[in-house]
Amino acid sequence: MATDPRESVLGEGDAVASGMPQLDPSSYPNQIFWLFIALIAIYFILSRVALPRIGAVLAERQGTITNDIAAAEELKLKASEAEKTYEKALADARSEANRIAEENRAEMQAELDEALKRADSEIAAQQAESERRIAEIRDSAAENVEAIARETALALVDALGGQPDSSRVDAAVNDKMGGTA
Amino acid sequence: MAQSEAATIVETGAEAAAHGGGSGFNIHPMDQFVVQPLFSDGAVSIFTVTNATLWMAIVVLATALMLIVGTRGRNVIPSRAQSLAELSYGFIYKMVEDVTGRDAVKYFPYIMTLFMFIVLANFLALIPGSFSPTSHIAVTAVLALLVFFGVTILGFVLNGASFLRLFWVSSAPLALRPILAVIELVSYFVRPVSHSIRLAGNIMAGHAVLKVFAGFAGALGVFAVVPVLAITAIYALEVLVAFIQAYVFTILTCVYLKDALHPHH
Repeated sequence: MATDPRESVLGEGDAVASGMPQLDPSSYPNQIFWLFIALIAIYFILSRVALPRIGAVLAERQGTITNDIAAAEELKLKASEAEKTYEKALADARSEANRIAEENRAEMQAELDEALKRADSEIAAQQAESERRIAEIRDSAAENVEAIARETALALVDALGGQPDSSRVDAAVNDKMGGTA
Repeated sequence: MAQSEAATIVETGAEAAAHGGGSGFNIHPMDQFVVQPLFSDGAVSIFTVTNATLWMAIVVLATALMLIVGTRGRNVIPSRAQSLAELSYGFIYKMVEDVTGRDAVKYFPYIMTLFMFIVLANFLALIPGSFSPTSHIAVTAVLALLVFFGVTILGFVLNGASFLRLFWVSSAPLALRPILAVIELVSYFVRPVSHSIRLAGNIMAGHAVLKVFAGFAGALGVFAVVPVLAITAIYALEVLVAFIQAYVFTILTCVYLKDALHPHH
């Protein structure tokens, strides 16, 4: 140690009693002088460089944040618009699909109706034809029955030993058959 | 000539005999506060470069390092150093705005100067072997008187004679007002005293206690572990005190400044 502090401070008068260098007035002018130098230096450091710079950085950050929020807001708006457009497109597509399905159904129904009608008419035609042919067959069958009945009657009369009289047999058969033939 | 904490502890023991202190506990906790020249042995005159000069210069450098070098990137997304600078800025700016009012932000650089000086001096003084400028009543009294005169002059300049209505409590019953005025007046003049002694006293007491325990540790040998643990705990407390005292000094400055700007209760 270059100096023994106690020699300068504690060595004299009342400073010994208190033992506090804080109460040694001989150091006051020195401390106060350097304190003013330090405060002025700090004040210039702050007011000339540091505070404007930090203030600018903070303002810039605030601006950036505000801009970003605005941009985000805009994008959100766009997104919701896009969603709306999408929803609308979807609804359109759905109604279009419904329309097409409806159309198809109607078309198919029409085709079906036509086919049914045609089938019905064909069926009706075939039915008529069939009925005509059945009637024909029945007619021919009735005639055959008459011929067979006449022949059978003749054969019976002959077998029974009678004299087959074809005109009487015919009359008898005709009488029995009535108007059914 | 750095006054190392460890060296002082050793010295305490070694010099005990020389000074005729006698006992093993010859502790000089106040030695750390002695203002002494750095480059000569002579007396301390006004322009002498002393340890006080050195540590105030370090405070100035630390301010520049923290607030200028730390923010040189000017990043929108701050680095750690930059966010420290921004944090201090925002802390004091908001304090001025909240306590004193929006119209007081033009005094923000002065208050920030006070805060940076005190908080950095307090923290740097916690480095072992350092000198604490804010433990000296000469320093804190000048700071407090700057605030006192600044606020008083500003109060009269801004409000004229109506600044005196600060002492006339118009919300109190008329009979009580003269008595209250005396009390208010006294308390107004006591402000710089409490303002300065609070800061110097806290810093000085904390550092002295640390040094006393360090002296115990030097004298106790193996049992030094107890004072060392105590020093650790007190040191943590002192870190807190270093910030809180700077905060208190600054916020009181804001409160006093508010009186100058808005003297009507």
